Amino acid sequence: MNSLISLEKVNYQIADQHILHDVDWQIPAGAHITLTGPSGGGKSTLLRIIAAMISKTSGTLIFDGQPIESYDPIMYRRQVSYCFQQPTLFGETVADNLAFPYQIRKQVMDTQRVVTALNNVGLSERTLHQPIIELSGGERQRVALIRNILFLPKVLLLDEVTAGLDENNKQIVHAWLRQLNEQDHVTTIMITHDATEIAAADQLAKVVAGRLEVHA
Amino acid sequence: MNLAVNNTSLFLAAMLVLVALGISLWQKLGLDRDIVIGVVRAVVQLFIVGYLLKYIFRVNNLWLTLAMMGFIIFNAAWNAKKRGPGIDHALAISLLAIFVSTGVTLGVLVLSGAIKFVPSQMIPISGMIASNSMVAIGLAYRSLNSQFHDQRQGVLERLALGAGLLDASIAIVREAIRTGMSPTIDSAKTVGLVSLPGMMSGLIFAGVDPVRAIKYQIMVTFMLLSATSLGSIIACYLAYRNFYNEQKQLK
Ligand SMILES: Nc1ncnc2c1ncn2[C@@H]1O[C@H](COP(=O)(O)OP(=O)(O)OP(=O)(O)O)[C@@H](O)[C@H]1O
Ligand SMILES: [Mg+2]
Repeated sequence: MNSLISLEKVNYQIADQHILHDVDWQIPAGAHITLTGPSGGGKSTLLRIIAAMISKTSGTLIFDGQPIESYDPIMYRRQVSYCFQQPTLFGETVADNLAFPYQIRKQVMDTQRVVTALNNVGLSERTLHQPIIELSGGERQRVALIRNILFLPKVLLLDEVTAGLDENNKQIVHAWLRQLNEQDHVTTIMITHDATEIAAADQLAKVVAGRLEVHA
Repeated sequence: MNLAVNNTSLFLAAMLVLVALGISLWQKLGLDRDIVIGVVRAVVQLFIVGYLLKYIFRVNNLWLTLAMMGFIIFNAAWNAKKRGPGIDHALAISLLAIFVSTGVTLGVLVLSGAIKFVPSQMIPISGMIASNSMVAIGLAYRSLNSQFHDQRQGVLERLALGAGLLDASIAIVREAIRTGMSPTIDSAKTVGLVSLPGMMSGLIFAGVDPVRAIKYQIMVTFMLLSATSLGSIIACYLAYRNFYNEQKQLK
């Protein structure tokens, strides 16, 4: 199998607390995977390791044919993009957040692209200049999500990004994520407990007490 | 000059200590021991410094003067370091920041002819510059520590978006530099209106024409702005990386 990401015997420990046990996982390029499991099982920890936000204690993680250690973490994170469970926005306005991905690449914000992205997740152009403190939880979640895809990553790691949305917006965001996967070939791994989202996946993985079970 | 303080008058002024001691005992503040230790230390340290400076001024030796300035800078760095717990290499960073900020500021003052390279001017001025730089750096460290703690999630999100370490920290670094500089800027705004600062008071006390004394104070205002801004910026730019590990993750 041609895996974009492959994990072998990945463990994660903090002090004497063993959070992930011998995780083996093959993630094919272009896959759309959902990850579920009980609270505290280790789902977020697993995605953060794949996102290079934390480092595994032992085992190997191969991305695009090379061990994760061989990449510059900054450049790696632009390809394997993690969107937080309960993200916070930074700066003053929505524009500060959406300009950030351009800023770090020393580019000027492509307003047209940003507005299109806002529309795609059911937000209007007006949102762009709104102060972040005025946004609802669901609006924040969607703005945060857009930050991750203004420059398309190879892999999108989504940590319960639709959990705070109402049914209507959940469907809009989910359809848009499917489109990113199908048309733009972004490999997506999403943590979710939503039955419809789980049913739409190519692969269902489950983390229970630090152990991964994969159902094709 | 009509400076009248002598041993007898000092001894009588020591009565003032009894006021503090009396209040501590009366109000059961439990500070009496600290007051006694504080007073004894102040007297001993100042006498030693007085005789030491007298000696250094008399021999007027270049190396001795530089050694004394080095001692001041080292002590300032040591104290600044203590305000940045958890920051690795805080001593080395503080030393460099205080050395450069003091050196540049003194250099400009000497080259412009504002002060002369004699121990009786170099040493007190170095002390003023280094101590202000020290306070600024200490404030900046504290601000870095508290911001990296309070804004942890924001930093993590910037990193997850592929930001470099400076891009992820720049808002925090700027705020910390601002925090380091702000007392100096605030006091520049109120100088002469709220307090008559030490340098100027001392000169007036010694009988110098107030119009000459304020010129020195203006020089002090300038030099402290330079010292605190240089000290804060150097310390912050060298210290922020400490909050990340080798894998460019937030510690
Ligand atoms: N930095 C940390 N220090 C200590 N324990 C941690 C740390 N990070 C995670 N854990 C522990 O690891 C376990 C797994 O956490 P994780 O956040 O990965 O769970 P999760 O499956 O995402 O849960 P949820 O569905 O509630 O988000 C938990 O018991 C958590 O307390
Ligand atoms: Mg989680």
